[in-house]
Amino acid sequence: MSANQDGTNLLEVRGLTKIFGTLTACDHIDLDIARGEIHALLGENGAGKSTLVKMLFGSLEPNAGEIFWNGQAVRISSPGVAKKLGIGMVFQHFSLFEALTAAENIALSLDDGSPISSIAAKARALSFSYGLPLDPESLVGDLSVGERQRIEIIRCLLQTPQLIILDEPTSVLTPQEADKLFETLERLRSEGKSILYISHRLEEVKRICDRATVLRHGKVVGHCNPREETASSLARMMVGNEVQAVVRAPVEGIDKAQPLLEIRNLSRQPATPFSIPLKGINLNVRAGEVIGIAGVAGNGQGEFFESVSGEVLQQDAASVRIRGKDSGSLTITGRRLLGAAFVPEERLGHGAAPRMKLSENLLLSRHATDGKAFVGSGGMVKSAAIQAASQRIIEAMDVRKSAPDPEAAALSGGNLQKFIVGRELDRRPSVMVVNQPTWGVDAGAAAHIRQALIELSRSGSAVLVISQDLDELFEISDAIAVMHNGELSKPIPIAEATFEKVGLLMGGAEPGHAEHTLETA
Amino acid sequence: MMRLELVKRPQRSMLFSALSPFIAFALTIIAGAVMFALLGVNPLTAFNIYFIEPISQIWQLHELAIKAAPLILIAVGLSVCYKANIWNIGAEGQFILGGIVGSMLPVLFPQFEGPLVLPLMLLLGMVGGAAYAAIPALLKTRFGTNEILTSLMLVYVAQLFLDWLVRGPWRDPQGHGFPQTIQFNDSAVLPELMPDAGRANWGFVFALVAAVLVWILMSRMLKGFEVRVLGSSPRAGRFAGFGLNRMVFFAFLLSGALAGLAGISEVSGAIGQLQPVISPGYGFTAIIVAFLGRLNPLGIVAAGLVLALTYLGGEAVQSALGISDKVARVFQGMLLFFVLGCDTLIHYRIRLVGLALTKPEGVAKLEAAPKLKEAR
Repeated sequence: MSANQDGTNLLEVRGLTKIFGTLTACDHIDLDIARGEIHALLGENGAGKSTLVKMLFGSLEPNAGEIFWNGQAVRISSPGVAKKLGIGMVFQHFSLFEALTAAENIALSLDDGSPISSIAAKARALSFSYGLPLDPESLVGDLSVGERQRIEIIRCLLQTPQLIILDEPTSVLTPQEADKLFETLERLRSEGKSILYISHRLEEVKRICDRATVLRHGKVVGHCNPREETASSLARMMVGNEVQAVVRAPVEGIDKAQPLLEIRNLSRQPATPFSIPLKGINLNVRAGEVIGIAGVAGNGQGEFFESVSGEVLQQDAASVRIRGKDSGSLTITGRRLLGAAFVPEERLGHGAAPRMKLSENLLLSRHATDGKAFVGSGGMVKSAAIQAASQRIIEAMDVRKSAPDPEAAALSGGNLQKFIVGRELDRRPSVMVVNQPTWGVDAGAAAHIRQALIELSRSGSAVLVISQDLDELFEISDAIAVMHNGELSKPIPIAEATFEKVGLLMGGAEPGHAEHTLETA
Repeated sequence: MMRLELVKRPQRSMLFSALSPFIAFALTIIAGAVMFALLGVNPLTAFNIYFIEPISQIWQLHELAIKAAPLILIAVGLSVCYKANIWNIGAEGQFILGGIVGSMLPVLFPQFEGPLVLPLMLLLGMVGGAAYAAIPALLKTRFGTNEILTSLMLVYVAQLFLDWLVRGPWRDPQGHGFPQTIQFNDSAVLPELMPDAGRANWGFVFALVAAVLVWILMSRMLKGFEVRVLGSSPRAGRFAGFGLNRMVFFAFLLSGALAGLAGISEVSGAIGQLQPVISPGYGFTAIIVAFLGRLNPLGIVAAGLVLALTYLGGEAVQSALGISDKVARVFQGMLLFFVLGCDTLIHYRIRLVGLALTKPEGVAKLEAAPKLKEAR
């Protein structure tokens, strides 16, 4: 324990416990935050980080334990109480009205009823003094994700908090935007404010945090100074064992291989005022390679996936070609019959029907593709066959579950994702398109899924991976293209790709040179 | 100051899901006892007359089957709609149109007789009901109208159309001015199952067959899977390649055809001619039947018999005790209320929230938006 200038910590937590049903999300958590420090809260998905901070912010009530603020025992019964004490929070998912201006959004969160113009002036002054330029008159719908986060931070700062909680703030930022954020955080620390920084990105925790508390399965497994640790020692504390590294064998002669998925000048008008239009996207994915598409969330990746999968049809049939056949006007079933397979970003409600059993969810994407294996003539479902096939997938992907054939919603995110990916791999598709393959998935399952995708490509399939996780893309891709504002950059071969290059493209530094992709190398 | 809040249960109890219709029925009985007591009737006497006497003899069981047949037929079709999250409230109108279109044959061509007449009438009845149900389906898929409103409003159109027909163009010239069509010829009348024992006709068999077929469709066939996926998670349904618009038509046409079949069976079997009113609200009561049967075709058979009994009981208390037969409507309403209430409490529990302790609506269950909530 360090940095205790006047004897008491700003915040002390003792034995904080939260129980949901049979799950103990937080189990006797102890935590100290000193004045003027950036304190990291590390842990995998499901380790209890969010539950803990929700209790600190008054969104959840603890079952047991005590919270001391400036040495005084306090009961934080609502976010209003937390704000009065001086605790501010910036959530991972923003709560902003897209149709209102930044200033109006800030005004909504302040109770004092002061006029919009004075709020806008205050916000503008504050934003410049902290190096977070923001135009309070701009419509939120027109702002980038990074700018929206600035609104959240500024509206938090306007309440002059002593402790600022940031939940995974960089997960939606480009590397350059993240750098800006770090400068702001250091500035806040120098003013004596404390920051609780939640993340699972080890490098940035090492870079900016003074101390770290590591959670695993709802328990504190260690306090440490992240600067004295290595990324892998921190990962070991988080995960509990060494994460197996993904093996990616180099491929030879990929340039001559057949393109199995061809996107030619794919454009799409925005469906709603806040969705992104696609602008002339070109891309080839050849047999045997993994192409990664990087990009900050909300730059057209969802729209692109829908267009490629056939959930939305194209005017121009030649804009999507699967195994050499024009597929733009085929439905998702037609594209599957050509050998393509798709894994969407959302698991529950898109890739799987939450209230249906795993075996029924197998049928969801495979009722038409496997000949008469699952659906007999006359439309009768062969339930024995789908049970057997889902069992096969469960074993192949090491899906852990509590019942023989549970509802999809009963599985943890990682296990359901393994099932959904396995459901498609089991068909040995010749084209595989995956959106955010390991979003919210724990490290062990993520490594398993990545390895499976690489192996699929090496067996002669074309694999397209859309992901926000740059580490993941660098791990599995043979080339990385970047999507920004509905445009796709030329793919950069992995040997030439650097975080900086990709990061600049993610920020829109070099858009609109997608024409080159049609060149044959 | 206290406020009631519904909080979603982490999981629903299987036991109470199965028991819920019975609990709802028991609660209806209790509330019914209070109602009879307030009307100045001994509840035990009333219940005996209402629920026991109407089914104590064989011929009365036949009457029960006559009342249950249309309820089951319609409710089985509606269960498919509701499973698909498509809200056809207009089965009453589809029932009437089925009756009208099926009656075209015996009314307009009374000389046409023979074994072909009845099958053709039944087929026409199904086509009529399905075609009428296609209107809200078309409006929904083409113009995005709300099918609850359009299907419901079309009920009144159908009722007035029937009224006009039997008072105008289709009125029996020899009927002394009564608003009704000619009596159907013998080959246009749905035969009774056991003429010696009672009046029950083949309509009840149709209902049972429809229930079994739809049960197979929903539990064993890809189409039923499609219905369930699109009803519970439409986006997953789109990912599966199932079309929502096609499903709207499928559900409306199927339920319309079954309601139409019920309509022509009722007209040709129980009534024998068209009258200004051919249904005591079967199309609406069937909504209760569908939910009481938990949208399961086999459960609907049982629920249909229960609801049919409320009709018979209503007639019985009217004649025996002089109480209005609207009592039947009250019982049906209470039953639906308690069924929905039980289902809600299976999925949610009630929590009392003190308003005085926490400031504004500052209980932040929407963790992401507490600030927005407080701003008001």
